Amino acid sequence: MASGIKDKVVILGMGCSKFGERWDASPSDLMVEAFEECLADAGVERNQIEAAWFGAGIDAFNVGSSAMPLSIALRLNYIPVTKVENMCATGTEAFRGAVYAVASGACDIALALGVEKLKDTGYGGLPQRSRGVENDMYWPNLSAPGAFAQLASGYRAKHKVNKDDLKRAMAHVSVKSHANGAKNPKAHLQREITEEQAINAPFIAEPIGLFDCCGVSDGSACAIVTTPEIAKSLGKENLVAVKALQLAVSNGTESSHASWDGSYLKTTRIASQRAYDEAGIRKPKDEITMTEVHDCFSITELVTMEDLQLAEEGAGVKDVLDGTFDAEGSNPCQIDGGLKCFGHPIGASGLRMLYENYLQLQGRAGSRQLSDPKMGLNHNLGGFPHQNICSISIVGPYG
Amino acid sequence: MKGITSYGVYLPRLRLGKQAMAEANAWFDASLKGLAKGERSICNWDEDTITMAVEATTDCLSALTEARVSSLKLASTTLPFLDRQNSVVIAEALSLDRTISTMDCSASQRAATSALINCLESNRNGNQLLVASEHRRTKAGSRAEMLWGDAAAAVAIGDDDVIAQCLGVATHAVDFIDHYRGDGADFDYDWEERWIRDEGFMKIVPTVVESVLDDAGVAAADIKHFILPTDQARTPAALAKRLGINAEAIVDNQIASVGVAGAAQPLLLLAKALESATAGDTILLLGFGQGCDAILLRATDKLAQCKPRLGLSSALMRRREETNYNKFLSFNNLVERDIGKRGEADKQTYLSGYNRRKDLLTSFLGGKCRECGTVQIPREKYCVNPECNALDSQDVYSFASQQGTVLTWTADRLTFDWSPPAYFGMVEFDGGGKLMMDFTEVEEGSIDSGSRVSVHFRIRQFDPQRGFRKYFWKAIVED
Repeated sequence: MASGIKDKVVILGMGCSKFGERWDASPSDLMVEAFEECLADAGVERNQIEAAWFGAGIDAFNVGSSAMPLSIALRLNYIPVTKVENMCATGTEAFRGAVYAVASGACDIALALGVEKLKDTGYGGLPQRSRGVENDMYWPNLSAPGAFAQLASGYRAKHKVNKDDLKRAMAHVSVKSHANGAKNPKAHLQREITEEQAINAPFIAEPIGLFDCCGVSDGSACAIVTTPEIAKSLGKENLVAVKALQLAVSNGTESSHASWDGSYLKTTRIASQRAYDEAGIRKPKDEITMTEVHDCFSITELVTMEDLQLAEEGAGVKDVLDGTFDAEGSNPCQIDGGLKCFGHPIGASGLRMLYENYLQLQGRAGSRQLSDPKMGLNHNLGGFPHQNICSISIVGPYG
Repeated sequence: MKGITSYGVYLPRLRLGKQAMAEANAWFDASLKGLAKGERSICNWDEDTITMAVEATTDCLSALTEARVSSLKLASTTLPFLDRQNSVVIAEALSLDRTISTMDCSASQRAATSALINCLESNRNGNQLLVASEHRRTKAGSRAEMLWGDAAAAVAIGDDDVIAQCLGVATHAVDFIDHYRGDGADFDYDWEERWIRDEGFMKIVPTVVESVLDDAGVAAADIKHFILPTDQARTPAALAKRLGINAEAIVDNQIASVGVAGAAQPLLLLAKALESATAGDTILLLGFGQGCDAILLRATDKLAQCKPRLGLSSALMRRREETNYNKFLSFNNLVERDIGKRGEADKQTYLSGYNRRKDLLTSFLGGKCRECGTVQIPREKYCVNPECNALDSQDVYSFASQQGTVLTWTADRLTFDWSPPAYFGMVEFDGGGKLMMDFTEVEEGSIDSGSRVSVHFRIRQFDPQRGFRKYFWKAIVED
């Protein structure tokens, strides 16, 4: 039986660019900004990197296809570079490639970098784009908020939640993330908002309003990974190790089979349980001390808390309103502002989450530092509630 | 001779108030106020001649006792495609047998009556379907805009279970140019109304009517339903008087409720007459345009049993008032609207891919697994049931007449739509299967999880760059 990834690979260094409307920064500029921080943090030279995985989500509005944009931007030394794309799980996919390469012994030091340049579209929100030749012929023109609004209606119907109560809980999710984002100098949105503002904002896709949506940002994040032994030999202390790396991809059951009722994320339940098993976590509520989840929309975060077993099924609204996931709560979520405020450059997001967990575990998170973080969980969800990709990574102190 | 065996109609739900139309244009032409009575039917942005024809034919089929269909003709002067047989699209949307004969009939306001005569005189066995559908574009602020409407109607023609027996037909072909629409023109060009009445209707119609009545040995006074499709309000009465037809027999052209539906008007009014006729009633159906067609029918005792699912009186009641004239202009592409950058995305249809998926896209066919019985759409190679996943195990299963329930939904104001917000969501079908699909005709506040829906063939997308439009099925919340 496979032994899993736990404690086989550690993070040697990480970097993350400022996220936001980076009008004057090209994708290369963003990549270099994250990479320079990462290299300095790792304390290695560029030529020590033996392989790289490059995540970029939306080709048409970003760098184009293939791994060359990374190799060219960073002047990598003709090493193997692999381009990965798996919607919003892309950043974590890049990380998974680098981690697996090190764990396999194929190389000692590997790089994972994600980048997205979303502000070259000329309008707000994610770009309107093709879903593929056949899908375009019959799929609704669903926007991301439109797709995730389905989750709100499905959740409301299943748990008989009053429209106003759900909207208030959704508002609380966003108010919390804005408060956290205000403490993060790299965040796209650094302004606090009130519950009233969130509730009264115009609908984007009912019941999702403007403040229920995450930022659409330019940005890049990266990680250099190695084995614990090499990290130690380089004089590294407080090693942050990979405890679990899991992925679950919809196979059409949710979208075409009656067994899914639209009220939860099936992939998140499957991937997180696998990750808990891989990391040896028995009681997620007690053992996971911080989460960075895919809060593309406030409703996604609320439902994800249940799917990750951090709230009982149907108790998400109450737990959110009780402050369980606030910075001072028992299980802080999006301490860096999350997708909501740090921003969501698709290909970079998974690595950005890891970046925050890494800083927190090393006690380097500045004014937003949590008191005693032990185990951090990152969750990405690419696609739509009825058809998606979920990635889960768990990191913690080595050993 | 054969006769009518069934009929059906379709009216778009949207009805534009003529007051609003006149108010928007009276600054230019104050005489429009004189036409500002009632309302007219207007196509939603996702309706056209083909989608309305699918609905009307479905309605006609709903009342057909002998289901065997041998042909389908489509009559219209507003065919979405000049070279791609439009009637075949309708036939595939209705999953009619591929061996049937199909034909588009066009280029005249009597396209439908000429096609009807052709069907009545045909030796073909089984039921012949004839659907007439019209979605006419008119210049903003024109009288035509005030007087016309969008609609479709269908009849079946056969030998068995005839509800209206044909007593005779006659045609008078003469190139009288009351109006025309030349190659490449968007709009009709017409001549003076009084001249059309005096030199056209009053001279051409009597000749052909007298001919058909004489041949059948029927007296004008015995006609119970006199159908003269025209947007000239007083002409039917003037002609009835000239011909000796009782004024009570005149079938109203519905100018104040639907509008005159072009080539579809004869069949629409025939449906109206059949709804009120009783056994033995004589119906005179005319079609005027480059001459005149006359068809004389007599209702049989089978008529009482023929009850289309919708029918004209229900279609008239199933309406939604629209007072936004501006929206009508946009839906008919009469104004260049700023549709935003999201609307700029390329809408190319890859025809080879389209062809592969035609069962799904046009006929709305899914699958039913022979191994486990799971109904599913789209129909993929492996069964979707996680307990089964059998390969190539699905029989074709039609969703086109299925009803379902809304599982999840939203009103999306971010994505591009011709009539925002875009409503879409997951529909669970009663017989099994579910699909994330567009909703249309949604009234704000009328939809929620649990709402009941039926499915309808609609325009999914326009590709203005290449002159193409693609169709798919959408859900409509049941009233």
